[in-house]
Amino acid sequence: MEAKIYLFSFLVGGLICMAAQLVLDLTRFTPGHVLAGLTVLGGILGGFGIYDSLVDFAGAGATMPISSFGNTLVKGAISEAQKHGVIGVLTGMFELTSTGITAAIVFGFLTAIIFHPKG
Amino acid sequence: MARAPKKKPLTTTQKRYQEKVRKLQPRPTLFRNAILAFITGGIVCVIGQFITDLYKMLLGLSSAEAGNPAVATMIFIGALLTGLGVFDNLAKYAGAGLAVPVTGFANSVVSSALEFKREGLVLGVGSKMFMLAGSVITFGVVTAFFIGLIYAIFIY
Repeated sequence: MEAKIYLFSFLVGGLICMAAQLVLDLTRFTPGHVLAGLTVLGGILGGFGIYDSLVDFAGAGATMPISSFGNTLVKGAISEAQKHGVIGVLTGMFELTSTGITAAIVFGFLTAIIFHPKG
Repeated sequence: MARAPKKKPLTTTQKRYQEKVRKLQPRPTLFRNAILAFITGGIVCVIGQFITDLYKMLLGLSSAEAGNPAVATMIFIGALLTGLGVFDNLAKYAGAGLAVPVTGFANSVVSSALEFKREGLVLGVGSKMFMLAGSVITFGVVTAFFIGLIYAIFIY
């Protein structure tokens, strides 16, 4: 059980990254396009409840890639929408993703203050 | 504004040469890039899984609850590696393997913040921080908004 989740997390996480790399190399999309596309894809899969099954199956292999960001946004919006309707979509949007965004802002700000740009 | 120089029509030899280049150029690296992205992406996710399990054990959290601090930790690691200048060197080999996991999100935030540091704390770091990561947030939120709206209208 323990070892299995590590194996699946490696395989699924690796496959998502490899798919993104292939899209980058074979098409003219920039990394920005690919990451935004993955987020949208994760959101759509989350809307159908498919992404959560993937998380159960692959653990961090599904929660670490950026597609998970789309999924958690959708999950937050849907869970509040079930309680409060349309208003819930607005209030619940960042309920679950606030960790990632807050961490990125705070650590990003602190890193920018402490370190100097290279080159 | 300088006008772009008029393009000369290519000779057949040049055309043939360019076709040859186009065919040959991306092939040798394609397979190598894909494998490297697979391995590094897999390793990053395994590290994430390890950190998730660590929080589960240390703080007695459930799998779903431990995911959040694990993501924050990965963002911290990504930000730190970018600040130290290590991330870019690793990303040269890893490609999407480091860009797609949440470490890449952290990297894009920190690298924009650092790049525009000379424009000041407010107008540089503060405003330009999300120059690259902003599109991910925008598209994610718009997608989630419409999916949430569909839920609210048809299922609520």
